Amino acid sequence: MLEETRAHQAEGDHAEDDDVLPAWSLPRDAVGGIEISDDWPERVDREWALDGSTGRGVRICILDSGVEPAHPLVGDLAGAIAIEVGEDGETRAVADTEGDLCGHGTACAGIVRSIAPEAEIYSVRVLGAGFTGSGKLLLAGLRWAVEQGYDVINMSLSTTKRTFAELLHEIADTAYFKRTVLVASAHNMPVESYPWRFSSVISVGSHEEEDPLTFYANPNPPVEFFARGVDVDVAWLGGGSIRATGNSFATPAIAAICTLVLSKHPRLTPFQLKSVLYLIASNVGGGRP
Amino acid sequence: MNEETLRAAVAAGVMPAEARFAALLRSIVEVARAIFSAKASSIFLLDEETDELVFAAVAGEDEQGLVGVRMPSSKGIAGWVLSSRTPLVLDDITQDPRHARDVAESTGYVPKGMMAVPLLDEERALGVLQVLDRPQRSRFSLQEMELLGLFASQAAVALDLVGSARRARAALEGSGEVVAVARVAAALDRLEDERREDALALLAALERVLS
Repeated sequence: MLEETRAHQAEGDHAEDDDVLPAWSLPRDAVGGIEISDDWPERVDREWALDGSTGRGVRICILDSGVEPAHPLVGDLAGAIAIEVGEDGETRAVADTEGDLCGHGTACAGIVRSIAPEAEIYSVRVLGAGFTGSGKLLLAGLRWAVEQGYDVINMSLSTTKRTFAELLHEIADTAYFKRTVLVASAHNMPVESYPWRFSSVISVGSHEEEDPLTFYANPNPPVEFFARGVDVDVAWLGGGSIRATGNSFATPAIAAICTLVLSKHPRLTPFQLKSVLYLIASNVGGGRP
Repeated sequence: MNEETLRAAVAAGVMPAEARFAALLRSIVEVARAIFSAKASSIFLLDEETDELVFAAVAGEDEQGLVGVRMPSSKGIAGWVLSSRTPLVLDDITQDPRHARDVAESTGYVPKGMMAVPLLDEERALGVLQVLDRPQRSRFSLQEMELLGLFASQAAVALDLVGSARRARAALEGSGEVVAVARVAAALDRLEDERREDALALLAALERVLS
């Protein structure tokens, strides 16, 4: 079980799950059918959660400004899609021929690659339709990514538009129940923004330490975890790298750690995965050496 | 025109909004530069009609001639910061060939380090504030990031306020009576005590005649 990849699990066990899991209620004679895997150790720690994992078999999507093709710190992408607004005003997903319009998506992909070297990284570009189209692209891109069934979606971005909040909330909940983990940057400015505040996503802020695997659980949400986000060397345009600070760089560190955990334990739901993150956080029992 | 609209129009007329707006922009970039002891600071404002970012003010570098330069609103670092509503701090950006070229073409000055933060007032995104080439310390701190966010929020509230007055004033163009009333109100505002009282008495008399 521990060696099984998430992809294999998706092919094999899901159908079985669908047959046995009751939808809305649990009749007495069905109780035996919902037995949940008991391969949890007595104490969930980093050795159980992360050791030996490379991210293999896990599909992670970078919903961002695009990713530069063949960047040495990112390597091959498993796929690159751009969301665009067609002449009819409708959004559509097309093959991305422009790469990264800013550098930020490449930075996020590089952080994921450095922590989870064998993860399958997909780029979904939601930048490029002008500012006025940015909310529409974000919604369409997230919806498209959730439909693809990626295991993890990294969202180092947010919107302040309240009209989008409800739709984003629905998509985030859909992802949660489809076993797609949304990891979103917390906003460090005094404004309301989404989707990081939703409890169905994992929200991330920054700490100032240098170890990419050090992360803290926050006892005072809505920000749930703090990861490395200050003075991070990140991949950037032109095959090079720059030094960067911001919650948007802490987010892919947590997304990559999720990828490592899911690679070893592919059956985890977002609820279970968030619990594992909590238990192995650097300020919680299982995360301490 | 109802009384409420008239009041707003007169208020806008009294306020020399265009000049105040330019002064506010200048003040924001100057304070931003001073807070972080940076070499320069600049503001891009979003032009919602053309969906472009407009280079609106700069402090520190001799680049005043660039004020008014436009660029697409979803390109480059400023475009990302605006679209994602997320602040970024980047160092060694001269390593980024596209950025260096774009910036050199638009402003002539290629910074090594940049802090960029969206100007957000509630759900509206107004533009992007950049602080360029702060002194290189060994490490950046989260307190600086917090300060950047707080300052940008204050700047955005002020910009939105003065911007509203500016838009109201622009809306006055062409509507004769209101412009006339606004001009009278502005002139009244500038009068000394005694003449002001006389003028108010005159206006009261005019009001009686008209009603």
